[in-house]
Amino acid sequence: MPRLLPYLLLLPATAFLCLFFLYPFVQVAHDSVMRNGVYTLENFSRMAGHWKFSTAFWNTMILAAVVVPIQLAMALTMASIVTKLQRGRSTILYIFAIPLGISDLAAGLIWLSVFEQSGFLNSLLVGLGIVDRPILLLGYQNTWIIFIAIVLAEVWRATAIMMVILVAGMGLIPKEYGEAADVFGASRWQKFRRVTLPMLKPSLQTALILRVILAFEVFAVVVALGGTQLPVLMSETYHWQFAMQERGVAAAFAMVILGVSVAFTILILRLLHVPKGARV
Amino acid sequence: MSVTSVRRAGNRVFIAGVALLILWVLLPIWLLFVNALSAPAEVTGFPKRFIPSFDLASLSFFFGFSGVVDALWNSVKVAALTMILSIGVGAPAGYALSRFDFPGKETFRFLVVMTRAFPLPLLALPLAVMFIRTGLDDTITGLALVHTTLALPFAVLITFSLFSGIPLELEEAAWTLGCTRLQAFTKVILPLAAPGIAASAVFAFVISWNEVFAAAVLTIENRTLTAFLLQSIDVSPLPLKFAGGAALVLPALFFIFAVRKYLFAMWGIANR
Repeated sequence: MPRLLPYLLLLPATAFLCLFFLYPFVQVAHDSVMRNGVYTLENFSRMAGHWKFSTAFWNTMILAAVVVPIQLAMALTMASIVTKLQRGRSTILYIFAIPLGISDLAAGLIWLSVFEQSGFLNSLLVGLGIVDRPILLLGYQNTWIIFIAIVLAEVWRATAIMMVILVAGMGLIPKEYGEAADVFGASRWQKFRRVTLPMLKPSLQTALILRVILAFEVFAVVVALGGTQLPVLMSETYHWQFAMQERGVAAAFAMVILGVSVAFTILILRLLHVPKGARV
Repeated sequence: MSVTSVRRAGNRVFIAGVALLILWVLLPIWLLFVNALSAPAEVTGFPKRFIPSFDLASLSFFFGFSGVVDALWNSVKVAALTMILSIGVGAPAGYALSRFDFPGKETFRFLVVMTRAFPLPLLALPLAVMFIRTGLDDTITGLALVHTTLALPFAVLITFSLFSGIPLELEEAAWTLGCTRLQAFTKVILPLAAPGIAASAVFAFVISWNEVFAAAVLTIENRTLTAFLLQSIDVSPLPLKFAGGAALVLPALFFIFAVRKYLFAMWGIANR
């Protein structure tokens, strides 16, 4: 019995993950190459042939490429601040972590209140006399403003996840390393660059993987702020599944998202590889 | 400039930076609540005031809108079920990982960690078909099962770190005093782990409460609040959107406050 106990305890979770994690991924891969009961690549060709596909793909990629570096810089700054603080640490940490609990849809709506035509940004611009009357910010004429709004909403919402992981990681770095750097007369920046960052690699790895995958999944923020004016991969997946009732093509989109997610996970693991012996 | 004045200037920049970051996080939330607590005419009017008029007309319009109360109630039900399922399934696994060494342990951990490298909301696509076959389509249970997949890895990892933090000696002492394994667990370990388990339960609730994509794909009649807001986003007037957004955000503020001590246990151990 004692030898079987751990397996018994793991059984529900394993069964659950097999049924609702492994099986659906096999199924979605299968659906993507299946059409009217025959194996074919037609789903993919229909997906790639649609005029919105490359726009959606590149929108997603460019969004991730803009958002993630900003978030990394901000998360590192916030984590350094929290680590350095002596008074008010838990309050400030709580405030910084608030967006962690906020839905992407809610974040989109929050920034909609800023950017809509009768919104706060226009009120501010008119109040300061920069423009005479409210301008349509989220219109199709200026997709770049929609893009900026989405970037702001994403940075606002999802920096907290990285920050919390990095704070935890900084807590694991032994104090002696920093003290040694002080003894040798390192400046704050040198200490950060030469001690903190290299020691933080494992946490950076986790934070980046989580964040990059979430960036490829961007959906509700885009829909709330741009409607259909700025298609991304996830909103197209939703559109094909729901409005067009084309499950095969939706599955093909899913495979693309899955593909880039796995590719970037491997890339990040490679780039931030930490040899076993060098871990804290 | 002397060294102290440089340091003082540096401190001022530091404090200004902290204040700016706090403003960056809180101001947008404030603006949403300004809209939610103003009359519909003010929400669509121009220019905007940066202080709410505390007119509840927007909120009563939102709660009176057909389908909203049902959607809210569905959200609560799905989230509660997700919470129970993910703790019920995840906590035993976390306990097993912390207390036993056995062949296959690493495989299981790999399976759990792997879930983080996949875009999980996509699971909703194939599961939609599976649910139609099994009669789970458009049900609270079906959606809760998908949300549990999202929450389960966290439940396993946080309970693993919780149980690892409780010395085995305490359990052994209970055994020598005549407790069975189960008694030792319920009388000694559970009371110590309870606050952390509650925190990870709250976290599971938040994950489900906030989830949009799977909810929108899997529910039609029994929509959750996020699915309702998303599917009606093209047609709903601004006051409805902002009141809905506020209804989504308000619980989140309390949840994060409730679990703030455990944030690191949840995300920090994700490192190892």
